[in-house]
This record gives sequence, structure tokens and C-alpha cells, in this order.
Amino acid sequence: MGCWLGRSRSFRGVGCGLSCERVYYSPGEHVISETPILAAEDLGRRLDSGWIWRGLGLQLAAGECAVLTGKSGTGKSLLLRTLCGLDRPDEGHVHHRGHLVTGQELPRFRARVVYVQQKPVLIPGTVLENLDLPLRFHVNAARGRREGRAAALLSQMGKSAGFLDQRASVLSGGEAQIVGLARALLLEPEVLLLDEPTAHLDAESTERVEQVVLEWLDAGDRAALWTSHDRAQVARVRRGPAIELGSAG
Amino acid sequence: MNTYIDVTWPSLLIAASLLIANLVLSAVLRLGMGRRLLVAGTRMVVQLFLLGLVLEWVFESANGPAVLGMGLLMGVVAGVTAVRRTSIRFPAAYLDSVVVIVSTAFLVTGVSVLGIIRPTPLWDPQYVIPLLGMLLGNALTGISLGLDRFLNGVLAGRTRIEGFLALGATRWEAARDEVREALRVGLIPTVNSMLVMGIVSLPGMMTGQILAGAAPADAVRYQIMIVFMIAATVSTATFGVTMLAYARIFTSDHRLRSAGELGIELE
Repeated sequence: MGCWLGRSRSFRGVGCGLSCERVYYSPGEHVISETPILAAEDLGRRLDSGWIWRGLGLQLAAGECAVLTGKSGTGKSLLLRTLCGLDRPDEGHVHHRGHLVTGQELPRFRARVVYVQQKPVLIPGTVLENLDLPLRFHVNAARGRREGRAAALLSQMGKSAGFLDQRASVLSGGEAQIVGLARALLLEPEVLLLDEPTAHLDAESTERVEQVVLEWLDAGDRAALWTSHDRAQVARVRRGPAIELGSAG
Repeated sequence: MNTYIDVTWPSLLIAASLLIANLVLSAVLRLGMGRRLLVAGTRMVVQLFLLGLVLEWVFESANGPAVLGMGLLMGVVAGVTAVRRTSIRFPAAYLDSVVVIVSTAFLVTGVSVLGIIRPTPLWDPQYVIPLLGMLLGNALTGISLGLDRFLNGVLAGRTRIEGFLALGATRWEAARDEVREALRVGLIPTVNSMLVMGIVSLPGMMTGQILAGAAPADAVRYQIMIVFMIAATVSTATFGVTMLAYARIFTSDHRLRSAGELGIELE
């Protein structure tokens, strides 16, 4: 089951360290498969200044919500990008359900292991059109439009049905984050890679979003990796390992 | 209508005096375009003078290798210049541009020569060199505009493109808008010139033929053929260079390379 394995090394440039703490979590009645949904081994990323992190290991099993913390510039977003294959690691590999993720499979993989950017990309048009954006892509073409589910999700996050018709151009940063998360959830992903998903939200909306993600997590064979600067939030959402980047290893 | 009036070297001074008047005006008003006009004007005269010498030699020798060599040289210069005129570029673009512009222009010239004009010999420089020159000149502009638009679009739209990729888009689905936009922009001069040809503008080649004594109806048919060939060359070359840039910028695992990975130079 899930645990980060950090190898202690000395590097030039940005220091890298991991704290690894094992938390046992039993997600209700669900059967947890033996193979982790997402696993990474010996992952390393190098920038011009040197290794930003190296020797990272990850096993993310069903029902887990790992939390990822660290100061700005320690490579949290870089790790999420590398895990979903937007960036290629300089060392190591990423496995999806035991299979090495390579080449042509990446679009399908990214539709299952969805990276939710801190500032989600919105296209000109309404919120509904933005929620439908993934349906334009071949890999999601078999999915039908799910306006009912979209409205239900948005309602859980405190948005009325009228929100669907709102222009994306007038959304606040927090509302954009809600749209980004709802869009990812409508893809019925196996893993959510959340990059500070409540950074622009007020306390009440933050709580609702946390609730939505945790309920989604409880409903099946799925896992999440949640990046946050907020220690209280980390304590609330954590259901599995906690990873801190950039601390002395 | 078989003769034309010769323009002598001294008589060119009259034409130059008009440009010199503009230079003086620019200097007096400090418009800052004098130096550039002077450099461009001088380059043009020297280049055309040298071209005249080379063409006379090529025309007199009229042998295949000389024509081929001249055509290749023109193609390489056009390909390199096309990339140099973009505001963003990466090293591999030069090779892509030269390969595409040479192969496209040679192919279209080949079709015109073999299928339409059929001169004897087939490499008759009187036909092949001007034809190739017009195709290369127009393709150069198309490639410059298209590549510039594509690279700027991808760089400025990086967040959006990666947002699409993160939702399961293939590299083509993520880049299609930028490719389409590059082709639209690359073809603007060609499409615009076709739209107003004969109404606003009298095409240079047709004007030249008429000045040289050809019947207007003959000149018009030549011009129509040339415009079709130019449009085909510009579309194919712009598409070719854009697609090669696309293949270099996006990896086969549907990832957008960073500017550093590509060695992109900004101007």
C-alpha cells in the first residue's frame, strides 16, 4: 500500500528531502486491489540549477489521498506534471496499475489520472461548454454529456444551476478552480492530481470542495494526491502518506 | 509588339533620384528610415547586378547542372531567409525550411515545365529560373508568416495547450488551432493578392511580359498559370514547415517540449 520511499542523497542546487509517514486507512467496504493505481519509482527531475528532487518513490493505492507539501519552488507542481506525463522525468518511471506508462497511451492515461491545474484552463464560452471541453478529445468521445451530474457537482460546491450558463471570462479565480475540479470529476478519473485546488476559495467553499473530493474518493477504486500549503487542510484531507518536498532528508 | 525599349544604366539614375529625395526627406525630418532604405536600396542594386551577371552566364551556357545549381542556391537562400525573418526560431527550423521550400518549389516547377510550358530543353533557364524565383519568393513569405505565427501561438498558448493535454487531448488535438491559424496567416498575402489581382494590382510578371512586347492575352494566361502555381507552392510549403515544426515541438508521447529543449531563440 501507499508509502513514499525517499533515498537520502546529497545534491548540488536545490536540496531534496522527503518525510515518509505511513498511515493505515480503511476506506469503508471497498476492496483495495493489491496493485497500486499509480506508482512511481526512483523519480528525479533536474533543472538548470541541479536536481530539484531525486530518488522519489510513490505507491498510491485505492482509497488513499496522499498529501504533498513544501515551500514554493520545491517542485510540487513539477511532480504532478511528471506524474501525469506532461513532463518527462530525468530519472525513473511512472506505472499505472502495474503497467509502465509510455508513448501513445499517454492521452488515455491522462484522462484517467487527471491533473487539475491550480489555474485551470478555461476556453471562451459558458461554464457548461468548459465542462464539455474534454468531450472534444477522441479519448473521451465515448462519454456523453452529463449535465445533470455537472449541476449536482456544482451544487455540492455551492453553485446554483444558473452557474452553468455563466460566461467563463467573468469567473473569479475560485470559481475557475471549481469548474476545473468539476470538469475533472466528470471524467470519472481513477486518480486526481490536485494542485492547491482551494488556493483561491473562501473557507466555506474550501470545506465543500474537500467534502466533494473525499466523497468521490469513498465511492470506488480511486485515489488522489493533494497539494496544499494549509496545514489544517492537510490534516483534514489526508488519508494516506504525507510527502514534504524540500525539507532536509 | 515584339520589341521593348531598353532601360540604360544612366537612365536608372532618374529612378534612383526619387529614392534619394525620400532619403533627404527622412534625414531632414529625422524619421530614421534613411539608413535602412539606403542599405536595402544598395543591397538590391548589388544583388540584382550580380544576378544579371550570373543569369547571363547561365542563359548562355544553358546546361542542366548550371540551372540546377542556380536553383538550389536560390532555394537554400530562400529557406534560410524565411526562418531568419521570424521573431522566434529554433536551429532545426533552418533545415526544415530549406528542405521543404526546395522540394516544393522544384516539384511545382517540374509540373509546370513538364506538363504546361514544355520548353526545349526542359531546363531552359529562360523559363525555369524566373518561375522558380517567383515560387521561392512567395513561399518564403508564406513560411515566414506561418512559422512565426505557429511558434508565437504555441509559446503564448502553452498553458492552454498543456491544459488540453492534461484532459486527454492528443498532441494534434491540442495543437490543431495553432496549425490552422499558422496556415491562415501564411496564406494571407497569396489570397489577398488573388482577390484583387487585375483590379487593384497588375501582377509584376504580367506587366513585365507586356512591357517586353507580349500580347496581353498571352501574358494573362501565363499569369493565371503562375498564380495557381504560387498558391499551390505557398500552401504546401507553409503546411510542410508548420507540420515539421509541430513534430519537433510536440513529442510522440504527446508532450510539449520546453523552449529550452528546443533551443528556441527569441528576437
